[in-house]
Amino acid sequence: MKRLLLAMTLVLALSTLAVAAPHGNPQPVTGLVAGGGVSTPVVRSAESSAREEKKDASTNRAITLGMFLAIIILTGVIVVKSARSTKTTSDYYTAGGGISGFQNGWAIAGDYMSASTFLGIAGMTALFGADGFMYTVGPFFSFVTILLIVAEPCRNAGKYTLGDILSLRTSSKVVRGTAALAAVVVSAFYMIGQMVGAGKLMQLLIGIPYNISVVGVGVLLVLYVTFGGMKATTWVQIIKAALLMASGTLITFLLLWKFGFSFVGFYDAVATSPAIQDHVRGLLKHAAPQPGFDYGQRFLEPGLILKNPLDQISLGLAFALGAAGLPHLLMRFFTVPNARAARKSVVIAMILIGAFMIMVTMIGFGAAIYLTPQKIIAADKGGNMAAPMIAQFLGGGPGSLAGDLFLAFVCAVAFATIIAVVSGLILAVSAAVAHDFYVNVLKDGKPDQQQQIRVARITAIGIGVVAILLGIACESQNIAHLVVLAFAMTASSNFPVILLALFWKRFNAGGIVTGLIVGGLFTIAVVLASPTMTYPKRIAADAKKVVEVLEKKQVEGMTLAEKEVHTLAKARADYEKNKDGTSFIGLDAPLFPLKNPAILTVPVGFLAAIMGTFLFGNRREEEKFAELYVRQNTGYGISDAVDH
Amino acid sequence: MAHHGIDWAVLAKSPKFVELHSKKKAFLFTWWLIGSTAFFALPICAGYFPEVMKIKIVGRLNVGYFFSLFEFFFFWAIAVYYSHRSNTFFDPLTKEVLAEISKERGK
Repeated sequence: MKRLLLAMTLVLALSTLAVAAPHGNPQPVTGLVAGGGVSTPVVRSAESSAREEKKDASTNRAITLGMFLAIIILTGVIVVKSARSTKTTSDYYTAGGGISGFQNGWAIAGDYMSASTFLGIAGMTALFGADGFMYTVGPFFSFVTILLIVAEPCRNAGKYTLGDILSLRTSSKVVRGTAALAAVVVSAFYMIGQMVGAGKLMQLLIGIPYNISVVGVGVLLVLYVTFGGMKATTWVQIIKAALLMASGTLITFLLLWKFGFSFVGFYDAVATSPAIQDHVRGLLKHAAPQPGFDYGQRFLEPGLILKNPLDQISLGLAFALGAAGLPHLLMRFFTVPNARAARKSVVIAMILIGAFMIMVTMIGFGAAIYLTPQKIIAADKGGNMAAPMIAQFLGGGPGSLAGDLFLAFVCAVAFATIIAVVSGLILAVSAAVAHDFYVNVLKDGKPDQQQQIRVARITAIGIGVVAILLGIACESQNIAHLVVLAFAMTASSNFPVILLALFWKRFNAGGIVTGLIVGGLFTIAVVLASPTMTYPKRIAADAKKVVEVLEKKQVEGMTLAEKEVHTLAKARADYEKNKDGTSFIGLDAPLFPLKNPAILTVPVGFLAAIMGTFLFGNRREEEKFAELYVRQNTGYGISDAVDH
Repeated sequence: MAHHGIDWAVLAKSPKFVELHSKKKAFLFTWWLIGSTAFFALPICAGYFPEVMKIKIVGRLNVGYFFSLFEFFFFWAIAVYYSHRSNTFFDPLTKEVLAEISKERGK
């Protein structure tokens, strides 16, 4: 088994090399690349002054692939070691509860900070300044809710999954089944975002074709999770977090060094950069500079991309409550021995994540100073290359050995990030399907350890295959809404149900099922009717405007520049293609005005859970509240989950 | 459940447990609300009072920048304070409740 695994990992790694070899420089990918744990809004480049010389952050292929190989081998060794000691279901799902609070804190940080936290937020700051920094507060605040409301009670009351906690309130199989379904759906949305992000990232960083990247990453992850279980996943996440912190700290240190560690000097350089001033003028669509307007200072002020305040509040609500209901994060709290360790792990994770968020925005500002937003947009419209490019610059620039090494290192860290985040997701889905659905709903909890663990592994393989297929199918889809959807969904379904189950005596099976289903479905419905979806008629209308302007010019007898002729042809084609189209659910225009649905769906989710309690519940279940309440507060009985 | 012999309802009404959970609940929800207020104040100020956010404080750095930075330190402070409070107050109280449960079980 072990040898087989090692051989397969190696073959996989080598085949990636072979495939990668014939391709030239990486193709710049349009749009935002990394959809992930922490979503950045779809960033569309202002078409302003991005037409300077095209500068690819071309990676040195041998060095980059060497780094990737090193990461694959390092993590592969961990998986093989973990595979030896993964014997029981508890080992497989929660590493036997034997992870320390300190280790778990690093693993949570590794689980939560996705490629989009690193590349996406650096890019957002590089292109839109202060908004990037403001944005990071949301995903960080998530942990205040996790720390105060869910971490300890969940550790005290649960075993492997969300379904376990809810099942303490009621023995209903319908509750377990619904909880499993909710976990699968949410994780699937989250995972599609990650897989598509992974494919595009590999394409962008080292030029491996999209489909092959998705298959490669998927197969690697399935191998890791199936053999190594939670122990391997945890260590992969810890290593990834350490690499991420190391690269973030190093880049920030080198950047600040250039300014004698003076924040004032650093931000002064941002505001006085002519390229940034020019870029901001383009963003504000000022054709000519307005006298007295400080464009550089505007970069340090909010509102360049995050414009609608209600949308920001709604997004904030999704962050505030959503992360606390993410199945793969909840699962991390079952890996530690007790509530005290769970608490410690959140505090450690908060220190790491907070520090990283602050650093990553400084990296973004640094990239804006030294590389200019124009060059960053030229490499990738979404700004995802800002962090890798600034690493290359600080190492000595393109072509220098240190520069290439540093660039390759940052790319490899981004790769490790994808592995760590997706393996946590696969494990959470496999726990929901195998532990909640198969063992407890279908088989009444009867199967023995061997059988349970086999089912869990088969499930993990199945999920991996589905993830690969979905990843390939969604290549050209706008995936940004999936991550928004995942956070909003857990905020409106899982979170209300967890909160009420832990703290409301009257809550019961009727409320749990109604809350999960109504909260979840309503969020999906609102997102489908929101401006996040693509509305062809709107694209057609925009295209028509362009056509009219240019045609008017022609009528007036002006000759169009070559660029304008091209634009006209494209606008005409866009108009023809989109004029009769409708959105995914057949709408001409969005019914809901905001991109982030949480402000509406969270109250609806709570209301549904409360109404369901009164309409479909029976009072007998309240008796169970006393038990859950004593347990979640004291941790009584959790030793059963640890000693096995 | 493996603990059939335990009357959870009686335990849930024991004075020690009532003290633990009411104090803990009050602490947790109070700080959660304070944290949330601070958190939502940021997008609200940025959205509705942008002029305030633009006031420069040190060099080029403005209210918006320090407000965002403050959020990080404030949430860290909540985390550290909660850890301290748990280690010195809630955990010892929990131990006492657990001792009571074992006594109850032994009956």
